[in-house]
Amino acid sequence: MEKMSRVTTALGGSVLTGRTMHCHLDAPANAISVCRDAAQVVVAGRSIFKIYAIEEEQFVEKLNLRVGRKPSLNLSCADVVWHQMDENLLATAATNGVVVTWNLGRPSRNKQDQLFTEHKRTVNKVCFHPTEAHVLLSGSQDGFMKCFDLRRKDSVSTFSGQSESVRDVQFSIRDYFTFASTFENGNVQLWDIRRPDRCERMFTAHNGPVFCCDWHPEDRGWLATGGRDKMVKVWDMTTHRAKEMHCVQTIASVARVKWRPECRHHLATCSMMVDHNIYVWDVRRPFVPAAMFEEHRDVTTGIAWRHPHDPSFLLSGSKDSSLCQHLFRDASQPVERANPEGLCYGLFGDLAFAAKESLVAAESGRKPYTGDRRHPIFFKRKLDPAEPFAGLASSALSVFETEPGGGAMRWFVDTAERYALAGRPLAELCDHNAKVARELGRNQVAQTWTMLRTIYCSPGLLPTANLSHSVGKGGSCGLQLMNSFNLKDMAPGLGSETRLDRSKGDARSDTVLLDSSATLITNEDNEETEGSDVPADYLLGDVEGEDDELYLLDPEHTHPEEPECVLPQEAFPLRHEIVDTPPGPEHLQDKADSPHVSGSEADVASLAPVDSSFSLLSVSHALYDSRLPPDFFSVLVRDMLHFYAEQGDVQMAVSVLIVLGERVRKDIDEQTQEHWYTSYIDLLQRFRLWNVSNEVVKLSTSRAVSCLNQASTTLHVNCSHCKRPMSSRGWVCDRCHRCASMCAVCHHVVKGLFVWCQGCSHGGHLQHIMKWLEGSSHCPAGCGHLCEYS
Amino acid sequence: MRLATAASEAYTTPLAVSELLGCKQCGAGRDQDEELGIRIPRPLGQGPSRFIPEKEILQVGSEDAQMHALFADSFAALGRLDNITLVMVFHPQYLESFLKTQHYLLQMDGPLPLHYRHYIGIMAAARHQCSYLVNLHVNDFLHVGGDPKWLNGLENAPQKLQNLGELNKVLAHRPWLITKEHIEGLLKAEEHSWSLAELVHAVVLLTHYHSLASFTFGCGISPEIHCDGGHTFRPPSVSNYCICDITNGNHSVDEMHVNSAENVSVSDSFFEVEALMEKMRQLQECRDEEEASQEEMASRFEIEKRESMFVFSSDDEEVTPARDISRHFEDTSYGYKDFSRHGMHVPTFRVQDYCWEDHGYSLVNRLYPDVGQLIDEKFHIAYNLTYNTMAMHKDVDTSMLRRAIWNYIHCMFGIRYDDYDYGEINQLLDRSFKVYIKTVVCTPEKVTKRMYDSFWRQFKHSEKVHVNLLLIEARMQAELLYALRAITRYMT
Repeated sequence: MEKMSRVTTALGGSVLTGRTMHCHLDAPANAISVCRDAAQVVVAGRSIFKIYAIEEEQFVEKLNLRVGRKPSLNLSCADVVWHQMDENLLATAATNGVVVTWNLGRPSRNKQDQLFTEHKRTVNKVCFHPTEAHVLLSGSQDGFMKCFDLRRKDSVSTFSGQSESVRDVQFSIRDYFTFASTFENGNVQLWDIRRPDRCERMFTAHNGPVFCCDWHPEDRGWLATGGRDKMVKVWDMTTHRAKEMHCVQTIASVARVKWRPECRHHLATCSMMVDHNIYVWDVRRPFVPAAMFEEHRDVTTGIAWRHPHDPSFLLSGSKDSSLCQHLFRDASQPVERANPEGLCYGLFGDLAFAAKESLVAAESGRKPYTGDRRHPIFFKRKLDPAEPFAGLASSALSVFETEPGGGAMRWFVDTAERYALAGRPLAELCDHNAKVARELGRNQVAQTWTMLRTIYCSPGLLPTANLSHSVGKGGSCGLQLMNSFNLKDMAPGLGSETRLDRSKGDARSDTVLLDSSATLITNEDNEETEGSDVPADYLLGDVEGEDDELYLLDPEHTHPEEPECVLPQEAFPLRHEIVDTPPGPEHLQDKADSPHVSGSEADVASLAPVDSSFSLLSVSHALYDSRLPPDFFSVLVRDMLHFYAEQGDVQMAVSVLIVLGERVRKDIDEQTQEHWYTSYIDLLQRFRLWNVSNEVVKLSTSRAVSCLNQASTTLHVNCSHCKRPMSSRGWVCDRCHRCASMCAVCHHVVKGLFVWCQGCSHGGHLQHIMKWLEGSSHCPAGCGHLCEYS
Repeated sequence: MRLATAASEAYTTPLAVSELLGCKQCGAGRDQDEELGIRIPRPLGQGPSRFIPEKEILQVGSEDAQMHALFADSFAALGRLDNITLVMVFHPQYLESFLKTQHYLLQMDGPLPLHYRHYIGIMAAARHQCSYLVNLHVNDFLHVGGDPKWLNGLENAPQKLQNLGELNKVLAHRPWLITKEHIEGLLKAEEHSWSLAELVHAVVLLTHYHSLASFTFGCGISPEIHCDGGHTFRPPSVSNYCICDITNGNHSVDEMHVNSAENVSVSDSFFEVEALMEKMRQLQECRDEEEASQEEMASRFEIEKRESMFVFSSDDEEVTPARDISRHFEDTSYGYKDFSRHGMHVPTFRVQDYCWEDHGYSLVNRLYPDVGQLIDEKFHIAYNLTYNTMAMHKDVDTSMLRRAIWNYIHCMFGIRYDDYDYGEINQLLDRSFKVYIKTVVCTPEKVTKRMYDSFWRQFKHSEKVHVNLLLIEARMQAELLYALRAITRYMT
């Protein structure tokens, strides 16, 4: 009430003035209604029935209609309505089922005019015909709507809602004969006043009771309904089927809804419970109310616009025993407090954010991302002058894309699909996964897998085939062997499989690159152990110049592509790229070739540098005995997993965790594991790798994760004939007693997996259809359609 | 403590159970010579209900597909097929909704931890000394990891639950006395305070178990075989079982004779049904003509409300609760007290100002999502359930009778419908029926088989169970309305 303003509106001669004000009533109000002249308002409740004059500064009590010695229940009003044609005529609906009309023109103190006691239960709503002087409509809890002609003693016609309680009735403003009624079961009916036998149209508008409805004052056939399900819906009734045009989700059940005059898309609502405010919504912006009135301390029970052509005055009555006049100008606007900023990552590393246009405009001059290959794309919404909050809450949307056609996450999907996580011996799993990684060019990962294999599988189990190349080299068994074997294993892998078309030199240079980096990684992994530091230092400090230069090449080439990291990126895919498009292949080749010309065979040549560095490595590894228990490495493996997870490759962390199972699980705390699992599963689901994600869930040992696929396992089926949900069993409909899905091959009911052709919609058991289509290309049902199974 | 230990050990050593559960008072279980040292408990009594002959009740195995699915659901949810389910299956449509609600309240997502839920169930059932429900939930409580110490009495439970005791007491016996101060006391109790959502969950549980206790007594549900008093170790040849096994003083032996005596008056009772139907017909016809004045309508409600105070069974002997049960609640003397009899003036609760459909539902669904919907469905099914039969008559519109029963119960709680003529109640419900309703709703522990048998003598058992469903749902709604109104008042 602090801010007050005065509004003066000229409406065809008469002038409306006023300010935000309220007055205390003696009792809670149930409903209010405004007189045609916009200068008087009637308030009705269980123990109040008064007329107030709306003056410029205050409400003035004008008349108390609640007279008589002992107030009877007839005066306990559930609803009140003032005739819009006749200033002297009012009607009330009583909680005991009586409809009373009042004539203010009566000379006596008691203005009660007529009493209709035809309803057996509470009357929820009364409504005068907008143009006809004598027609009154009522809707009651007993499921009937009655139309009264005030010149007669009883009702003219009765409309039956099939024993569903009627919550609201409203005459259409545009169509002379039509009225709408809303019901406790969620239905809305349209009636023709001349045809009481059946309704013209019926549809389900809400889930649970529909408390209110209101016809649009101008747009013919627009009906707003509000229900207990906290929704306000706007229906277009002019079409063949009632079409839902707009839907506003409020925070409490909607008790009243009223279109705002002169504003085509605005409507005011108040709620039945809990929430005391009145909201004015723009139905096109259903998330934030356009205006909000917060004067009341208890639920608002009645709202009315003061004048049918003035959008700025709203009157309301409340359970807190007060009557209010709200000025639209004084309303609080939630939009002002809204925060129109948002940020979101896309699946492939795209980044989108929306911010206030002013902010974006200021920043775009600076061009902060110019060095980046990714370019911001700006979208600007076209401003619609009719838009409700234009300028207030509008924001600009910017999208940053990763390089087009990058397919930057392709490796993730491939890896996820091809990794084997369980069901085979550990050694095989590791080998398989290493192979997968290698084929995708992720050599570091591949190396890790092979190392894991060596650590956790006793050396005796190593297939000899893999060892063939390294037999002559290095140590005889154990870890020493492992290292040289790893590198060797990788070289042919690259040389023969992915670089078949390359020249030998190229292959060599590849290997050199990989070798050195692999060693580097090994060192990183070994960091914690004392011995491993020695070769690391030695390697980095004392390598020949050529090697150094090779290293330097890396940052040079990756640099332009390495932006502020949007996506968790590994080093390898990037390096791989360099190899694909070497800017100076000859240069590279030279460097790689020069020291090791000795070997004529590519393989041997590639081994040469390996040898030099590996003899160094083996010094450190010799510190461990070849018979060290796998437990010894658990710290190492743990750090390795953390390393991958930190790098963003949670996929690797989880895969290793699953494959190694008990061997490492105890070393990593539950929460971290759970965190990894959930992140990985989340990623998988974003890529729609449902099967993989489910497998991961299944294989996880964390309780919180493995219960993920236990929830919401119900599949709801609707009957194909009657379209009703089939509740008890999935294959027989309770209502039409028919089996829903028959197999076209065996003519039995399908109770499990059902597959059907999208062309002819025939189908059946998955197995049967598969078998059938192997032998025939026609539909098994004999419809002649050429079905395909893929 | 005996009960608790027995139950807790039931999960580990069945042998110990048989030792513990043997009848201590007379040692009936002990004087047996067992060859193997294992005694096999035998069910006591005649089926799931002491009031309804076993042959009237559906035999497990002979149910139709729908009932079978219900049984399966019930078993899956509770791990047992309890006697309540077996009696309620007279009305499968309701049972389905009932089980769904109960399952949601006890096992699905909710603000309260599982053991709290069962403990609240125990507290609520104990208010009516319903040993049947207490025993069931003591088992469940321990099963979900509840602390056995709590079972020694409310004072051993956390302060938070102790605070709920007062609400439980008032809600069970005089719900109209609940004020927003009660709610405030619970919500603002330092570290022991309840959150609104928890409170709504607790209130729904309390009302659910208060009314379920009414059903248990109203239909004479027999103890489960694994619970106290549900079994005997005597060989079946001994026909007369140990009397102290029957905990609630409903001496079925005596009732047998009463029953046979009443069979004589079959012709009498036949006319009862006829008379009732005639009255309904009359009311239907003359309703439009006869116009009662406003004053009269108002006074009829008052009269009915006042009279309902004096409707009480003649045998007013105090049933002292079994010790095991009583330790779950304090203040045993606080029972149902009639409001006007003691000069208390309670303003009438107008349902038009605060009703379940508009207000209660919204509040519950806001604070404890989905439960409002479930309870709403349950109320609807209970209120609208009809087979259009009355005793041997078919195609009868019973809506008037059902509404009279429903409104009579609400009337006892001071809840008034403006649009109802309370004169109808007097016409439709005779005294013995009122006595039964009153007892089941207000002091269920005093229900006897004689009461059960003496109302509506010609009606089927399934119809009497139907009446019980109306009773418990109306009671639950009445309690909920008072509690939720207090919460609403607190919130505004």
